[in-house]
Amino acid sequence: MASRELLRLENVTKVYRMGDVEVQALRGISLTIGEGAFVAVMGASGSGKSTLMNIVGCLDRPTSGRYLLAGREVSRMSRSQLAEVRNHALGFVFQSFNLLARTSALENVELPLLYAGVGGRERRARAAEALRRVGLGDRLGHNPAQMSGGQQQRVAIARALVTRPRVILADEPTGNLDSATAAGIMGLFEQLWRDGITLVLVTHEPDFAAYAPRVLLIKDGLLQSDEARAA
Amino acid sequence: MSPFQILRVAVRALLVNKLRSFLTALGIIIGVAAVIAMVAIGDGARTEVERAFAAIGSNMLVILPGTTTAGGARGGFGTLPTLTWDDLKAIQTELPAVRFAAAALRTTAQVQSEDANWTTSVTGTSPEYLDIRDWPTVQGSRFLQSDVDGGTKVALLGQTVADKLFGAGTNPVGQVVRIGNVPFQVTGVLARKGQSPGGQDFDDTVIVPQSTFATKIQGGLQKYISGVIVVAATSADATPRAEAEIISLLRDRHHIQTGADDDFSIRNLTEMASARQQSTDTLTALLASIALVSLVVGGIGIMNIMLVSVTERTREIGLRMAVGAKPWLILAQFLVEASALSVAGGVVGVALGLWAAGDLAHRFGWPMLVRPEIILIAVGFSACVGVGFGLYPAQRASRLDPIEALRYE
Repeated sequence: MASRELLRLENVTKVYRMGDVEVQALRGISLTIGEGAFVAVMGASGSGKSTLMNIVGCLDRPTSGRYLLAGREVSRMSRSQLAEVRNHALGFVFQSFNLLARTSALENVELPLLYAGVGGRERRARAAEALRRVGLGDRLGHNPAQMSGGQQQRVAIARALVTRPRVILADEPTGNLDSATAAGIMGLFEQLWRDGITLVLVTHEPDFAAYAPRVLLIKDGLLQSDEARAA
Repeated sequence: MSPFQILRVAVRALLVNKLRSFLTALGIIIGVAAVIAMVAIGDGARTEVERAFAAIGSNMLVILPGTTTAGGARGGFGTLPTLTWDDLKAIQTELPAVRFAAAALRTTAQVQSEDANWTTSVTGTSPEYLDIRDWPTVQGSRFLQSDVDGGTKVALLGQTVADKLFGAGTNPVGQVVRIGNVPFQVTGVLARKGQSPGGQDFDDTVIVPQSTFATKIQGGLQKYISGVIVVAATSADATPRAEAEIISLLRDRHHIQTGADDDFSIRNLTEMASARQQSTDTLTALLASIALVSLVVGGIGIMNIMLVSVTERTREIGLRMAVGAKPWLILAQFLVEASALSVAGGVVGVALGLWAAGDLAHRFGWPMLVRPEIILIAVGFSACVGVGFGLYPAQRASRLDPIEALRYE
């Protein structure tokens, strides 16, 4: 499948310094992900997959190597510039939802648009549309406390979708959910992918990784395997 | 993100913990209220002192005659009569810095009406005395120079004396009072003056023409004035000049050699007033600085709560950063929260301070005085306290690493 290149990592390393000890979290990873791809990232805890996701998500900068997102070199950007890239180009879905408490679903989804400087009327319209897209069109005014875990994660997915990002990064999005609800969330991701959204999914579960046509396995800070399957 | 949106987010965050926000703002409320009330108390005390000294007389100098020395015991000022009626005339006519001068002969005597009697201070003087003291009548009218010249038996009553002899609210004008068995006709009642800073009641007095005083009460008009001369300078600024003129005139008239001591002394009430003024100003500054300290303590309270808030909301901060909030926006949001707390506290504090100032003024019987610039200073200072003490917590929030923040439990 020859799609346009969206993410490109060139020999990316990451070294953490913990006191006197240097920890090599990534030892040189090179990979590319094309537009419209659905990639699962697997690996044991401590393998470096979280570090990889942080770098891909522009939350962290590599120690060496290059990272290009949609053709732009982001590995040397300032914190402020990275925040802007995250706002415009990336959507995040976390294991623990990370919704603002005592804040309605609609307002939670509006949040990235607020930082993008989108006006109030358009903001509400787009947030409502994103919530309808994840099947919560009737829950706009509900607070997180009034919703189930699955619903909360759907709000979080709507929040990731609302800025129309180039790629959505999901870090163990089903980790806090029972298997039936988790399957529902995976179904939603698959649907979004079929609608044309690029997805990178970190998971422990081989069952869920199986939704993705391409699976990366990270071990000891290195890319151990990169398997593509017919979807 | 517009400033209005930042403010909205901040206000929402504050409303989540209403009680905590209120208690935090309370520090500022009390601080601002204290500043306003304390300065108002100081200003009230100041005007009270000004009023008290204005009651004594504006630009007033008092000339006392010399002292007697009997067997080595010095009698103190005023015991030896050295001032003559001619001295008074010279002071009245020859000195450019003197506006009015009058003799004041004083004694304590029992004054009787038909129904009551009252022992009070009786002053013999001329109409200028009332000009010097700036003392109008509220009923009837003052006696005239012709009464002084003719030795008429007329009297002006102070309010206290009028109340004691005739009862409050009556009009004693035209009635007769006896001072040591001599009947005097009341021609007027003097306006209420209140008390001296020392607690002396100015209204507990009777004023009669000096000639009548000398002949009927004291016994015979003499060459020397058996009392003091009170002088009004042409203005407050002219008081020192008037004093110098009087000294040189009297030394010359009394033939005092260069180097010898004066045989009289001059009391300058303006100096006393300004000394009092200074002490109340110091008091105001002291009270205000204590109040400012409480405002700073309020600011520390804000800093404390903002630090707690930043810690509690670490994950929220991480999320906001992850979805695109730039570090400066996080800084701005927490700064605005701290400032909103302190400004809201400042506004409530102004209201509370005004109320307290009014209440205290009422209790002390002072005029309520709140200078508008004090309100501006107090609110401005509280806003600065909010920004100042909010800065560190806000900086801490903005420097959080989003990865760490999102993982924070």
